[in-house]
Amino acid sequence: MSNEVNKIEYVSYLEHQGRFKGLKSWIFATDHKRIALLYMYAIAAFFFIGALLGLLMRFELIAPGETIMKAQTYNGLFTVHGVIMIFMVVIPGLSAVFGNFFLPILIGAKDVAFPRLNLFSWWIFVFGSVLAVASQFLKSGPPDTGWTFYAPYSTTTGTSVIIATTAAFILGFSSILTGLNFLVTVHQMRAPGMKFFNMPLFPWAIYATAWIQLLATPIVGITLLMLIAERLFGIGFFDPNLGGDPVLFQHLFWIYSHPAVYIMILPAMGVITEIVPTFCQRKVYGYKAIALSSLAIAGVGFLVWGHHMYTSGMSENARWFFSLLTFIVAVPSAIKVFNWISTMYKGSIDLKPPFLFALAFIFLFIIGGTTGLILGSVATNIQVHDTSFIVAHFHYIIFGGMGFAFFAAIHYWLPKMYGRLYNFRRANIACIIMFIGFNTLYFPQFVIGIQGMPRRYFDYLPQFQTGHMISTIGGVILIFGLFYMLINLIKGARKGPKAPANPWNGSTLEWQIPSPPSLENFDEPFEVKANPYDYK
Amino acid sequence: MFSNASNFVHGVDKAFLIIFGISLFFLILLTTIMIVFVVKYNKKRHPKAVQIKDSSLLEFTWTAIPMILVLFMFYVGWEGFLPMRQAPADALNVKVIGRMWKWTFEYPGKKQSDTLVLPINKAARMELFSKDVIHGFFIPTFRVKEDVVPGKKNYTWFIPGELGDFDLLCSAYCGLSHSYMSAVVRIVPEDVFTKWLAKLPVSKVDENNEGYKLVEKNGCFSCHSIDGAKLVGPTFKDMYGSSIDVMTNGTRHKITVDDEYIKNSILDPNKDVVDGYAPGIMKSYTGLIKDKDIPKISEYFKTLKAK
Repeated sequence: MSNEVNKIEYVSYLEHQGRFKGLKSWIFATDHKRIALLYMYAIAAFFFIGALLGLLMRFELIAPGETIMKAQTYNGLFTVHGVIMIFMVVIPGLSAVFGNFFLPILIGAKDVAFPRLNLFSWWIFVFGSVLAVASQFLKSGPPDTGWTFYAPYSTTTGTSVIIATTAAFILGFSSILTGLNFLVTVHQMRAPGMKFFNMPLFPWAIYATAWIQLLATPIVGITLLMLIAERLFGIGFFDPNLGGDPVLFQHLFWIYSHPAVYIMILPAMGVITEIVPTFCQRKVYGYKAIALSSLAIAGVGFLVWGHHMYTSGMSENARWFFSLLTFIVAVPSAIKVFNWISTMYKGSIDLKPPFLFALAFIFLFIIGGTTGLILGSVATNIQVHDTSFIVAHFHYIIFGGMGFAFFAAIHYWLPKMYGRLYNFRRANIACIIMFIGFNTLYFPQFVIGIQGMPRRYFDYLPQFQTGHMISTIGGVILIFGLFYMLINLIKGARKGPKAPANPWNGSTLEWQIPSPPSLENFDEPFEVKANPYDYK
Repeated sequence: MFSNASNFVHGVDKAFLIIFGISLFFLILLTTIMIVFVVKYNKKRHPKAVQIKDSSLLEFTWTAIPMILVLFMFYVGWEGFLPMRQAPADALNVKVIGRMWKWTFEYPGKKQSDTLVLPINKAARMELFSKDVIHGFFIPTFRVKEDVVPGKKNYTWFIPGELGDFDLLCSAYCGLSHSYMSAVVRIVPEDVFTKWLAKLPVSKVDENNEGYKLVEKNGCFSCHSIDGAKLVGPTFKDMYGSSIDVMTNGTRHKITVDDEYIKNSILDPNKDVVDGYAPGIMKSYTGLIKDKDIPKISEYFKTLKAK
């Protein structure tokens, strides 16, 4: 046989003709790259809905008293905003989009271990999301419990709590199955000869995340089922009138929901760890420390849930124990920040949009992380727990951290995913607008939080008005920046100039294959390198 | 440098300042280094990157220093917190009752007040009870917060150190009027407090009345007062036997509050709504309150008539 027979002609995964045509070739695709895009479109849609709901809340809070809506509407809004953003945006977020797209490529595989299960996970995600959105429009009214569903309020309120919790339960399955899929992929699908320590750090982060998804999510699933059983059949798990314990709900809820924070932030750290070396033209500093700190964060992250409950009446011993562990889990995160900054030392820094987003991430993440110390310390927690301080803190971590990492990732990998480039100048402008808007929106909330502005307040005392007003102005700036960025990205993906295979002079495996990749990623064999940052 | 509003302000604010100080130092340090690197090692000035080998010593250093710092911060936080769990035995006991969406304070001798009046410089211990869902007892100026959890005997305590009125807020989300669940904490000299307490009337509630128990258990007092105050729903005071205006399907007519009307209002509350109140707020208690118990509630309402 001649060589020509074996040579496969390059067809990008976007143009590949499979069993189906048109829309069906997407919604029934088993290709990890198409599924990644499916997730991205769905998540982006939910994100913008959630963001607009957030903006409505900001307008309500611009002045004391009723401004644009009733209290019940406001209570429904912050619940819906939370449910959408947590369960439908940030938990799947990076891992389902960029994990799906780049995990197989970065370990030299042609797909994930279970492609059909992968598609099924997306369908479950869509089904759960539709249910969550539907709960808003039922006759009994949107759920008004907050996304935390604390009992016994959640077991007694008349609103559509059952539908909303069922939706969260179903979304959990999507997360478990994705985690399982990625775990098996990392263990079984690495290119022949590639050991764990030959993998780049993004797969390491996705791997650590997948363990949390697999081990922690079932707990929240059971908890939500218990809540549903209590509402439907009056089984007294949580309501003291039925012999239950409301604090038990909080324990069960946070045993999942704290590790869930790491489901959000670990992949974000992984993305930044890929972007910083590329734009500094340096090998990442402290490869092993970063890889292992991901696992350390995932591990210790299971043991700090009690710091959400210092004021719940837990025993004194539980309070100091959880506080100590919370402080210790800060260390591996700090190490990562030091490693990123050291990677910039003596590099050759190219300030392209993905790197600018990464810098914004690092700054916001430091603020989010250090304000976490205020919350982890028991004495100061007493003052700021359940205030807007904590709202600001977790938005710095989740939006400033995970959100900006997502924006960094899309600007980094869009040329690979779509084979086109976006406008760099507009992307930089969008980043700066969002950075300013973000800080204007959330920083004042730290200040009024310390002064005693409780969270989930429809109305507030007049001394907090200045802070709220500045915050609302920030919200408007931020949303403007978001749409500006979105339009630039859509224009780039559709009509931007063609991207070369390696637009950033990157040294990881994904830049060695064409943009966009072909269906099975690697049409030509490649040699596995000992250092994952040696593919030049 | 710290306010003396309560005995905890010093410990909490000290922890604040120390953690803020360390955090701000690192934020400025790391951001400055980042900016310096971005400028100094910019592609234009520094076209060729220099690869640096990992240094175990450096990595050990930047693990050890944060570890020591976080342990120190943990200790400061713990130190500031510990006194909050050590209430003196001779503290004045006040029973704090949280319900949707109102605070009630019960002093020794079953004397109840809507304002938390306390003597200055005297330890006060708050025993926290909830009638329905979780509330949060939060006095920002005092650095005091503890959840009020139904079925649990949580407590908090403090020594007020400044005269005046302070805000007491509900910090744990508890439904519709969560943000309106506030009260005033009034710190007064001890002699003023003694006089005030002496004048405070004893609660006349007959807690053994079967009807009262039912009304209490089902949370009716959240929206209906027994002192004539207009809450979300009409007051129970002087209601039984009175003639009231109600709206039925958009038409106004008079109705006399009798056993029949009370039963209808519990089972189908949105049929005849008292004029001036919004329909759709109250849910039906069918199944929650048994038919045979409803006459007991009527009997209880009769006791609320002016004699």
